[in-house]
Amino acid sequence: MNAFAGFVRKEAFHILRDRQTFWILLLMPLVQVLIFGYAVRTDVRDVRIAIVDPTPSTATRALVQRFASSTRFQLMGVYPTMQSLDDGFRSGVLRQAVVLPRDADRLLRGQATLPIQLITDGADPNTGSVMQSYATAIIQRWHAESVVRAGSLRIDLATRMRYNPTLESVNLFVPGLIALVLTIVSAMMTAISITREKETGTMEMLLVSPLHPWAIVAGKVAPYVAMGFANVLLVLGAAWGVFGMPLRGSLVLLLAECLLYILNALALGIVISTSAQTQRTAMIAALAGLLLPTLMLSGFIFPLESLPTPLRLFTNIVPARWFLLIVRGIMVKGAGLATLWQETLILVGMTLALLVLGARRLAIRLD
Amino acid sequence: MSAFAIETHGLTRRFGEFVAVRDLTFHVAQGEVFGFLGANGAGKTTAMRMLIGLLEPSDGSAQVAGYDIATDSEAVRRNIGYMSQKFSLYDDLTVQENITLYGGIYGLSNAQIAERTHALLGRIGLEHARKELVRRIPLGWKQQLALSVALLHEPKIVFLDEPTGGVDPITRRRFWELIYETAAAGTTVLVTTHYLDEAEYCDRLSIMVEGAIAAMGTPGEVKREFGVTSLDELFLQLTRPGAA
Amino acid sequence: MDVAAPPAVDVRAFTRRFGDVTAVDSLTFDVRPGELFGFIGPDGAGKTTLFRTLVTLLVPDAGSVRVLGYDVVTDLWTLRSRVGYMPGRFSLYPDLSALENLRFFASVFGTSVEEGMSIIEPIWRQLAPFADRRAGALSGGMKQKLALCCALVHAPEILFLDEPTTGVDAVSRREFWDLLDRLRDGGLTIVVSTPYMDEASRCDRVALMQQGRILLVDTPAAIRAAYPRPLFAVQAPDRLGILAVLRRFPHAAAVWPFGDVLHYTDARAGMDDGAIIDEVRAFVQANGVPSPGISAIPAGIEDAFMWHMAAGTAGEQVG
Repeated sequence: MNAFAGFVRKEAFHILRDRQTFWILLLMPLVQVLIFGYAVRTDVRDVRIAIVDPTPSTATRALVQRFASSTRFQLMGVYPTMQSLDDGFRSGVLRQAVVLPRDADRLLRGQATLPIQLITDGADPNTGSVMQSYATAIIQRWHAESVVRAGSLRIDLATRMRYNPTLESVNLFVPGLIALVLTIVSAMMTAISITREKETGTMEMLLVSPLHPWAIVAGKVAPYVAMGFANVLLVLGAAWGVFGMPLRGSLVLLLAECLLYILNALALGIVISTSAQTQRTAMIAALAGLLLPTLMLSGFIFPLESLPTPLRLFTNIVPARWFLLIVRGIMVKGAGLATLWQETLILVGMTLALLVLGARRLAIRLD
Repeated sequence: MSAFAIETHGLTRRFGEFVAVRDLTFHVAQGEVFGFLGANGAGKTTAMRMLIGLLEPSDGSAQVAGYDIATDSEAVRRNIGYMSQKFSLYDDLTVQENITLYGGIYGLSNAQIAERTHALLGRIGLEHARKELVRRIPLGWKQQLALSVALLHEPKIVFLDEPTGGVDPITRRRFWELIYETAAAGTTVLVTTHYLDEAEYCDRLSIMVEGAIAAMGTPGEVKREFGVTSLDELFLQLTRPGAA
Repeated sequence: MDVAAPPAVDVRAFTRRFGDVTAVDSLTFDVRPGELFGFIGPDGAGKTTLFRTLVTLLVPDAGSVRVLGYDVVTDLWTLRSRVGYMPGRFSLYPDLSALENLRFFASVFGTSVEEGMSIIEPIWRQLAPFADRRAGALSGGMKQKLALCCALVHAPEILFLDEPTTGVDAVSRREFWDLLDRLRDGGLTIVVSTPYMDEASRCDRVALMQQGRILLVDTPAAIRAAYPRPLFAVQAPDRLGILAVLRRFPHAAAVWPFGDVLHYTDARAGMDDGAIIDEVRAFVQANGVPSPGISAIPAGIEDAFMWHMAAGTAGEQVG
């Protein structure tokens, strides 16, 4: 039996015999899909909204009508003044309010701009921004219909909504979830499994063998490629089966990009394992150094646009950020390599750089 | 109250079908250095855990420091000290911090801790290292410090678990001299070990094989009884009857 | 063993530091082909640093280290397929069975269990009943033998064993040394380290190590015979009392507890044993201690180690 096959076999034994970890790694992605799909939905329904209209007219009644008929909103009332709004927001009865100017009808027909105030409960910034964009969309559509002279309008919305007209969150969280799961399975598990050999002293035996350290690492990570790939299929399968997630682009391209991201995560894991001496250090490094950025700085949970500039610049070196763009592109927009080649190239570059870094730091001795 | 520091009658511990300790009957006199020998898995650890009140016996009884281990395990624990080479001291605390910590655990006042710290460090010649991290001091000193800390609350009996592994022969003997001094001051010392040459230093010893005591007496007595010249030979005879 | 052949291990003025700690300090020694060579010393003597350097895992700061005629720094890859190594803690995978461990290490060294069986057969025979048991559930002695199999399966030309008997019960230790005897008789060069003084007698030659230095290198018999002063065993019920008295005796060179007796070394070389015994007995009695049993004894390795250790610490003759 050659050394590589020996490694794969041995590593597979490790994975299969640690039953608890094995099932956690296998089932975690499924559970995550269900949790994100059902519990942490970022799309909102039945937003309790009030409209302040000092001078009701046909035009403004059309706007009221639009809000009243939308399933996204629950119209709590139309008021002539802003007096009752404060109490409404404070008690939680209201989450949003649209304040129309005096003589909106006249303004719509004239040349002047129409100053509309949109007040949103920002206690939960994510939900707030989603509510805001829903309301904006409705107002702009109403405005477009109401103005006499078309042409001077700025009504285009965020692309996200263009390609995701119902703003279904399944399309948002699935790419992020894939990145998250692969970071855990590929990067963290690789780092832990390599440092474990250091801790138990078996790395000493392996280093003394005639195998080059690269062969050792390749043998060790191979099973985690398979594991990561199985997880990708599980997440995609669950998202498609349970939530009817669309796949507008090519499945082959999507899987190929996932494979690229797996390699990227493995390379990160290897780099971590070259400096961490214990499993505990490796775990903390993977959590703080990889998992948090993947969650926070990839556009998965917080929109990149809402980050302060230094952090937004930092996101450029977070691989998950590019991976998310790619997967969303393929899934939601049906984009192909022709549009995604830049992001793909960045990921390829990062992976190569990490592999080179890992290779240089991989010791052929203990010191 | 028992005249002995440790006295057991038919002490037995079962784990399911498996009998880890079988019908243990022995006694240890006050101020004695008693060796508790056996291979790994012979039942030493189980027996000791029962004696320090961490495990309940399935059968039989034992009195330690005058208290029944089954009904009065808390009093037992207050009156014993415990030292193991591997787990006794916190490596990332200083010498002083370790002493203060243990003093606090056993309810000593600050004045008592200060006074005993001074006496303790003076006795083992470690005063200069009071503020050193324990991980920085040599293994030999660490062992002496660990024993001294286990004695800080002036227990009647101190249990030493494989205390002197890995040190040079001179340092090892200094440690044994410290044990003899402890015993001479009236504290009973029970040493568990699987190093046979360490057992030769004890006043009396017992050898456990498969959960039961197979030999007991002074080192000279047991060697004479089995007609061997070293404990090593005796051990071989007891554990591999065919091989000797 | 072949004294005329080039040495299997040739170490000249080897020094290795970690930060400001000198782990190994200017070590010079050689190991002859076919020899069972032991390094005896406590934890921190530098044994592990030395062994890791010998198996190409560490680089010397100074001096030269050659194994089988190859330099451990430049001929790294040549050496790695020719040495067998068993690190301090038995490096096994606890979740893999005994056989799976062996298979894996065989594959890593580019061979198979079947090919290596002729070498490991005598050891494996004892393990075979436990072949399917997970290594983590094996007894200390079994783990030790399995680790030896793993280190031998690729038929190395030289075997390095770093503290193979630490933490293993006395009987298993004895069996392990019997196995090493057989391997040495088969022509294998073996370098082994141990903290147990009593294991020295199982080696052809030993080096006594302390704080990164070699105190001396010789056959165990020669080391014992070379003890420079008369040595006596003193037996008395009150060990602590007689210890204190003897240390005050003007001619005492060293007094140490030694199991259930004390070992007393007299500072005067070449004096008659009987005369010394009489003098010591008289001194002890004069100090109010009942007459002890005293007899002249040959020195052991441990006596020699302590003598050279004390002599090495710049005249600070303790005891």
